[in-house]
Parts: sequence; structure tokens; C-alpha cells
Amino acid sequence: MSWFKRESFGLVPQEKKELPDGLWIKCEGCNEIIYKKELDKNLYVCMKCNHHFTINSKTYIKILMDDGTFNEFNDQIQSVDPLKFKGTRRYAEQLKTAMKKTGLNEAIRTGFGQINHHDVVFCVMDFSFIGGSMGSVVGEKISRAIQLAIERHMPVIILSTSGGARMMEGALSLMQMAKTSAYLAKLSDAGLPYISICTNPTTGGVSASYAMLGDIIIAEPGALIGFAGPRVIKQTIGQDLPPGFQRSEFMLDHGFIDVILNRQEIKEKLTQILEFFEAQ
Amino acid sequence: MDTYILDFERPIIELEKKIQEMKDLSIHDDLRLQDDIARLEQKAEKLRKDIYSKLSRWQRVQLARHPQRPYTLDYIKRITSSFLELHGDRSYGDDPAIVGGLAKIEDLPVVIIGHQKGRTTKEKLHRNFGMPHPEGYRKALRIMKLAARFKRPIVTLIDTIGAYPGIGAEERGQAEAIAKNLFEMSHLPVPILIIIIGEGASGGALGIGVGDRVLMLENTWYSVISPEGCAAILWRDSTRAEQAAEAMKLAPTDLLEIGIIDGIIKEPSGGAHRDHDKAAAILKTTIIEELINLNQLPVDQLLEQRIQKYSKMGFWSE
Ligand SMILES: [Zn+2]
Repeated sequence: MSWFKRESFGLVPQEKKELPDGLWIKCEGCNEIIYKKELDKNLYVCMKCNHHFTINSKTYIKILMDDGTFNEFNDQIQSVDPLKFKGTRRYAEQLKTAMKKTGLNEAIRTGFGQINHHDVVFCVMDFSFIGGSMGSVVGEKISRAIQLAIERHMPVIILSTSGGARMMEGALSLMQMAKTSAYLAKLSDAGLPYISICTNPTTGGVSASYAMLGDIIIAEPGALIGFAGPRVIKQTIGQDLPPGFQRSEFMLDHGFIDVILNRQEIKEKLTQILEFFEAQ
Repeated sequence: MDTYILDFERPIIELEKKIQEMKDLSIHDDLRLQDDIARLEQKAEKLRKDIYSKLSRWQRVQLARHPQRPYTLDYIKRITSSFLELHGDRSYGDDPAIVGGLAKIEDLPVVIIGHQKGRTTKEKLHRNFGMPHPEGYRKALRIMKLAARFKRPIVTLIDTIGAYPGIGAEERGQAEAIAKNLFEMSHLPVPILIIIIGEGASGGALGIGVGDRVLMLENTWYSVISPEGCAAILWRDSTRAEQAAEAMKLAPTDLLEIGIIDGIIKEPSGGAHRDHDKAAAILKTTIIEELINLNQLPVDQLLEQRIQKYSKMGFWSE
């Protein structure tokens, strides 16, 4: 059986606009009108209420990696439509649209980079690509990234933002949970650290695999983190969910993450963690 | 046992009933009646073959959910010569939706773990419809680690529509519990045999489903989400589950084709629910064969093969 299918979608990469046009923007957290330039300077964190806006992979790379050090690999891997899945529309079409809209090939970018001169393998998900869902390509890119980290003896950092497994790949997407977790076990057996960063949202199959497997797990404030989606839980139990349910603070209280960090302080703390692990 | 009959089963069951009636009549050796019976039995066998050889994916889902289908403990009772159920995750509680323990199949010591559904309303509630909480996954892991320490192979039987989506489950870390099992199962140094005996949905199934060989019974399904869940997301309408089942390609033959499972286990004619003993006998033979093969591999080779197996899963282009 051939696992590698060669197909081309002939996409034209385009820059994705992360926030609506205009100079001003309304905060989803406090409804304040914020000057966009200010927000940009503040890394898309509301100055009034500390609401962390969803940002794309490119912005995270800029925030967390030393300038010009991120060296992406395996960026040409693309999803195919192995099940010829058709829901409200064809998966193959959905992929084309997502690629065109985001200028990305998939919901994750992986590469070598430096954080205050510490070498790392960095995997960063992008919610704008089909809700950051995990299909074969996300699983394969993470697995290859971990393999490279093992070969080069580097720590791995994965920044998650995802609604979970990609339904349009059926059981194949489910298996990516096993695949990525197996590679993380291999990394752990090789004595290398793995840091997981959960951003809004980190749910479903992504939370039930690599996002919850960090040696250190960091979360941005207010991020939705959990296995089942709030809507499904509400439907199942037939009652309203308590305030703050499944948010970062709830996860911290229940012992499932190490620390909540504002976006502005993540890089500094990552440096501290990397130094700690390197010291031995 | 009260029989629950699916629409497509009806013609077979009616014919079988007719044959039984004729048999009851033929107390004195009426040769002509005997001929008729033989003829009808042939017809019934052909009908079973016809119907069961071209079941739709949705019909497989219905069979996998058949209320008379054997569950984990039904199989354990029939295939083991001894079984000691172990309880609790040593941390929070015992989850009746997952059972596990120390077993012997013939002379082979194994650990068996599986999702457990209930048959009566009371049992169903007690088993939480086979939908585990985090403590279920943690209990499973505890037992599996015990197996690894004493070099006993692990057999898991999958039968769940998913991990339970509830407040307590989230508070106690459903995601972490499942993730941890995937991580650990990927490198436990003993053979792990996974068999889907009914339904297999999402991380709830996979949470005890990572291993060296993955097999499915003929009338089962396995996917990332239940057909109802998929339909609810796609069309905001869970009644379109039949369509979702087709779209997700969740039948055993589909999964064999895309390299997710290693084989399909035959069920007795008409499905496992028609003959629990026979279904268990087939399962037992399969488990013994598989474990004998896996037991022959040195541990490092076993683990290398396991990671290779999962490395290959997926389709992409580059
Ligand atoms: Zn605000």
C-alpha cells in the first residue's frame, strides 16, 4: 500500500488577515474599543481586561522565537482526502479554501528555532486552518519534528490551538493521537524535555494527546482547555455549566497545568525552563 | 432471552421460526417434511449469506449496538479458565464502565481489560452506558503496568461510544487520563492485542486501544466520533447518523483498507448476538493465535514494530 500520495492543489499563498480591517477593534472580553496599533504592540492582549485574542502561527513565531531563527521544515506536506469525505461540502474543497485563505499548507508549522539562543524544535498550530483540527498531516509533522529533536538532541515545544481531531479523516485522524503520543514517549525515553503551551481553544483529540503530555504545561489565561466541548457536555447532562468551567484557571485549580502565563511573559519563562533542563 | 430484531434481520428470523415450527411438527418421521425442512434450512443459510455479505455501514453500526450483543464480561466468562477482576485507580475511585483483571486463557496468563456496557436499565446506569470516566482509564493503566512488570501480555476489548462528557470527568482530567494511556501503551514492554468487539468511538476507545495488533469483529465500527456526534457537527442534526456513518467509512473493511486495523474476525452466522458461545469460541482461538505469535518477538523488536505501525498511519502528499 502506498502511504504517500502525490497530489497538487496548485495553491496561491496569501497572507491571512488575523483581525478585521480598520484602525479600531472591539475587545471580545470587555467590549472596549481598542486602538489596533496599541493592541499589536501589546501582542494582541487587551490592555483593559487581559483578554488574549486568537493570533496566528506567524505571530507566535515572531513573539516566541529569536528574530530570524525559525527555520521551518516539512512545510510542503499537504492533506489529501483519503476517505473522499463529503459533509456539507467536500473535504478536498474545504482544504483548498483553507490553504487559499490562510496561505498555509496545514494547521501546524514545525521547525528549528532559538529562544534566547537556546535551540528548540518548535511546532505551532494555527486555528485559522480548519479550526486547528488534527488530521494525518498535523500528526505526521509533529512526529517528524519529534524525531528530528531526538536526532539533534533538542527540546520540543508544541503550541496548541485546536478544536480536536479532524472528523473528515475519520479514524485516520483518531490515530494521530496515538502516533504523536508514541513519538512523545520516544522523546521522553531519549531524556529530552517537552513543553506544551495550550492556547484558546485546546480541546478534543489534541488535548487528549500531546497537549496534556507536556513535562511542563503552560496555558494562556482564559483559554478553553478540555476533552469534551462545552456544548456536548451541556447537552449530555442537561444543565448549565459552572462559570469558568474548562478554562485555564479551572485546569490549574484541578492540577492539570503547571502555570498560566500572559503572552508577554511566555518567552522569558520558556528561557528559564530551557536553562533548567540544559544545566545537567 | 427476549429477542430484539433489526429490520434487515427480520426475513431470516421469520424463516428460522418457520423451520422451528416444522421441526416441532415432525415428531413422527415424515420424510416429506424432513425434505422441506432441509430445503428451507438451505434457503435460510443463503438468505443469511446474502443479507450479511452486503450490509451497509449503518447496518454494521446497528449490529454493533444490538442489545443482545455479547459484552466484555460475556466474553471473559466464556474464554477464560480463571478471571480475577481488579478494581479502582488507587486515586479516586472505581469506574464500572471499564473492567479489567488477571486472567488465564487455557494456560496462558494474560491481563484482559475492556469497556463494559450494561444490559438491563439498572446495569446500563451502573456501567454508565460503557462511557468511562478518567478513573477508568487510570485503572486500566494501573493494571497494564502490572502486566508489564510481570511480563504478561495484555488484551483489550473495545466497546464504547466515547469517554463520558460530564463535569466530573473534566474536573478529574479526562483528556490527561486518555493522553497518558496513549503515551504509556505505546512503549509498554509486553505484547498488546486490541480487539474491537462492538463500538469504537474517539479517544474514549483509543484510551485502551494502542497496541501491536488491532482487530475488529465483523459487525463493529471504529471512528473518531460516533455517527450521531458527526451528524450533529456537520448538519446540526443527529438523526442524519446514517449518512455520517457512510461519510466516515467506519466499517471494518474500510479500516483494513486504510491500514488502521490488522484483521477482521468472523462472527457466527447472523452476528455475534445470535450465538454468544460460538462468538466467544472464535474470539478465543484468535486471541491464542495472536498472542503466541506476539510472544515470540523479542521486546525491542516488538516496540520498534509498534512505533512503526503508528508512524505509518495517515495519508498525505508532499
Ligand atoms: Zn478587553
